[in-house]
Amino acid sequence: MRKAIFWIAAVLILAGLQTQLVGWIGAYYYKIVILAGINIILAVSLNLINGITGQFSIGHAGFYAIGAYTSASLVHYGESAIRGTVAFLPRFGQDTVLLLLGILVAAIAAGLAGVAVGIPSLRLRGDYLAIVTLGFGEIIRVLILNIDAIGGARGFSDIPPLSNFFFFWVFLFVLMTVGTIHNLVNSSYGRAFISIRDDEIAAEAMGVDTTRFKVLSFVISSMFAGIGGSLFGHYTAYLNPNSFTFVTSFYLIIMIVVGGLGSIGGSILGAILVTVILEAFRSLSEFRLVGFSILLVLVMIYRPQGLMGSRGMFKFKRRAAVAK
Amino acid sequence: MITFLQQLINGISQGSAYALIALGYTMVYGVLRLINFAHSDVYMFGAFMGYYIANNRTFQARMGTSLFSAMVVMLLAMVLSAGLGIIIERFAYRPGRTKTRFTLAFWLGVLGAAFGDLLGHSFAAVVGGALAGIAVGVVGELAGFRPVQQDTRLGLLIIAIGVSLFLENGGQLVFGADPKLFPEILPSKSLNIGPLNLDSPKLIVLGVSIVLMILLNVVVNYTKTGKAMRAVSFNVDAAKLMGINTDRIIAATFAMGSALAAAGGILVSLLYPKIEPLMGVNPGLKAFVAAVLGGIGNIPGAMVGGLVLGMAEVMAVWLGSSTYRDAIAFVVLILILLFKPEGIMGKGLVEKV
Amino acid sequence: MGLLDIKDCTKKFGGLVAVRNLNMSLAPGTLYGLIGPNGAGKTTVFNLITGVYTPDQGSIELDGKAIHRKKPSSIARLGMSRTFQNIRLFKSMTVLENVKLARHMKRKQSLFDAVMRTRALKDEERQIEHDATELLKIFHLDARASELASNLPYGAQRRLEIARALATDPKVLLLDEPAAGMNPQESIELMGLIRSVRDRFQLTVLLVEHNMKVVMGICERIQVIDYGETIALGSPKEIQDDPRVIEAYLGGA
Repeated sequence: MRKAIFWIAAVLILAGLQTQLVGWIGAYYYKIVILAGINIILAVSLNLINGITGQFSIGHAGFYAIGAYTSASLVHYGESAIRGTVAFLPRFGQDTVLLLLGILVAAIAAGLAGVAVGIPSLRLRGDYLAIVTLGFGEIIRVLILNIDAIGGARGFSDIPPLSNFFFFWVFLFVLMTVGTIHNLVNSSYGRAFISIRDDEIAAEAMGVDTTRFKVLSFVISSMFAGIGGSLFGHYTAYLNPNSFTFVTSFYLIIMIVVGGLGSIGGSILGAILVTVILEAFRSLSEFRLVGFSILLVLVMIYRPQGLMGSRGMFKFKRRAAVAK
Repeated sequence: MITFLQQLINGISQGSAYALIALGYTMVYGVLRLINFAHSDVYMFGAFMGYYIANNRTFQARMGTSLFSAMVVMLLAMVLSAGLGIIIERFAYRPGRTKTRFTLAFWLGVLGAAFGDLLGHSFAAVVGGALAGIAVGVVGELAGFRPVQQDTRLGLLIIAIGVSLFLENGGQLVFGADPKLFPEILPSKSLNIGPLNLDSPKLIVLGVSIVLMILLNVVVNYTKTGKAMRAVSFNVDAAKLMGINTDRIIAATFAMGSALAAAGGILVSLLYPKIEPLMGVNPGLKAFVAAVLGGIGNIPGAMVGGLVLGMAEVMAVWLGSSTYRDAIAFVVLILILLFKPEGIMGKGLVEKV
Repeated sequence: MGLLDIKDCTKKFGGLVAVRNLNMSLAPGTLYGLIGPNGAGKTTVFNLITGVYTPDQGSIELDGKAIHRKKPSSIARLGMSRTFQNIRLFKSMTVLENVKLARHMKRKQSLFDAVMRTRALKDEERQIEHDATELLKIFHLDARASELASNLPYGAQRRLEIARALATDPKVLLLDEPAAGMNPQESIELMGLIRSVRDRFQLTVLLVEHNMKVVMGICERIQVIDYGETIALGSPKEIQDDPRVIEAYLGGA
């Protein structure tokens, strides 16, 4: 009952905000808010693998890309067919169906990719897993570059805009992402993920099938990345492989590290912070990355647990006198 | 048959370039269990140092163009890159394991310099920014900002990624993102050995690589430093107890690896003169694959891995698909990690329960 | 046939034979001790039993089922649990959460339940919390339930590890040097704890230990190994008088 009330209230509030927001803050800031929302979805989902389950994945952009392109392709190529089946609905209804279908397909495609990447890679030790996920992200990007049907290097335009209410949709899914992962963490599944992070051998000994759970966290995480991608694609109505490079994955890593690995609130905070800073320094493209990389190094050297602390990931140990 | 031999030579010379870079990865992994992502950018740095030295008017006037002057260029670039490697180790990786000072000052100084350049576009602005950053850093340290002990390899890995991106983008900032042409510092001669046509750059690359690898082998196996390096790679704590100054040895390892990467950078630039700040990404990844292929942490393995990968690439291009040349490395990596993660010559590291 | 049987197991690491043609049979309900000088292969035996290593030869059976090719979580599912020589608690979790984790295998909650926070999930979580707290009470750790496990003093951490292992409802409990680092007083308390736990939960206990007072004090049957092979097997009295055992520990004259 309380849950139902919460969601109805959320829908109403988001819808209300949607109608007013552009008027209040203007189109430019509206866009930033939406991008921040998409980044929250990506960061919180990445945090599930890296922060909560303790597996090092640095190819999240790959799943993001898969979600974006699958959704865009479905809608671009299947639009007429799908509209045909729901022709009885008003235009608005048809658009919504298309959008939701795109999101669903994106989640499934990205999830499947998560399985494909996860199963072989998750047997690997930390640093190797990182390399493989990095490689995977790059492979996806190169593949997209070479497929003309989705635009290749020129990019995929002609993605039908399906909504004017992206604030509503994006933040609805933000709530769903955060809610899902938060609930997961506070269940048997969450404890299993965390136990894998803390001590895989002990976790196995206590009956946790670590391989299965690592893959599970990978798949859940990639599904949400796919959803983020779908929203991104339909919002911007244009996709280009350059939006899905290693640098994108790197930004996501910064978000969750600065926010605090393992902390959902931290990932939200980190996503907002990084999105805003990236926007603010947009004109200084090279300096941006120089500044961010130094920031990442400094955070890791001085406060690896980030802003909101990360229970156990990097314990805040004041240096005991390690004599030189 | 002739083309096969030709391709073989191509493969070996390509492979020796990979080997030189791979050695750096493997040596650092051996002593620190760290994949030094930034290594590929030291390779780039070496190439750029060579570029600036070779293009320097004074240098050109004094040295002219000859094999000797080319060697001098390479040596200078190697020394400068060794310096870069030492700096990276000192300010990025060491704070996490040993008490150090001025880390904050260093990084804020760099940030300040970049900021100064951004705002002022003059040398004075850069220096001013750097000094301001250093000052803030020193104050911060006095106020109690101390590095935190880096227990996890994950943390070091994130730092390594950060440093790598810093070097790449810093390079774009300082050197300019547009590609440059490495000067022709070698007299270009074509040699005809029987039916084979070889141009001297390829032979030089091969020759120099061999010499360097032999030198490295001598250092690692017959000098005290080399012995200390091997000790540290087996067990850091035991090495410390034996009186080895592990920090100095680790710094030396970085220096050597970086010098080799720089040599690789120069040698490759002799063959493919286009250089730009992101030139290290691709070869770096491939060299890393080569190191894993040979057994990460295993020095002869890195050499073998490099050669094998170089040959595999050249053969793949020759036999058909040049578009998938870059994919070979990835495929090899995935196959190795899935089936024989300890590499051709490596020993598996067993975790004690 | 015992509850746990090791049959002719051999395990090599490269050229080193850690365990050679080892046999062991644990009768249900016994307190069984495995001892031997340092490097004798005791922890290797443990790791073979718990699935961390696979024997090169031979087999291991739990309650008649072959387990030597199974992974540790499957073996845990079949009723075997363990503690570790170098205490492996989940450092970011509280005392209570460590024990709650060990109830993982008993769960009925589906992924859907977890995500949607259904009534089924909430009920099960309540049950898990209850079961875990009860267990902590037995070990006198309930007062510290919400403390971080890593903040506990050493002795309490060892007790927590045992409590956690028990939360999996095992039939066989493996204790890897539980008395390590304990003073005489703590060791005596530990002995009482192990015995009462065995009685209360009707377990079979296999103990690897260096502390002879503990071993001789609570074990009903003791197997001595050296260089990976069994050199003696019997009651504490028999073992104490066995000249081969004395020689293995003291190096012979």
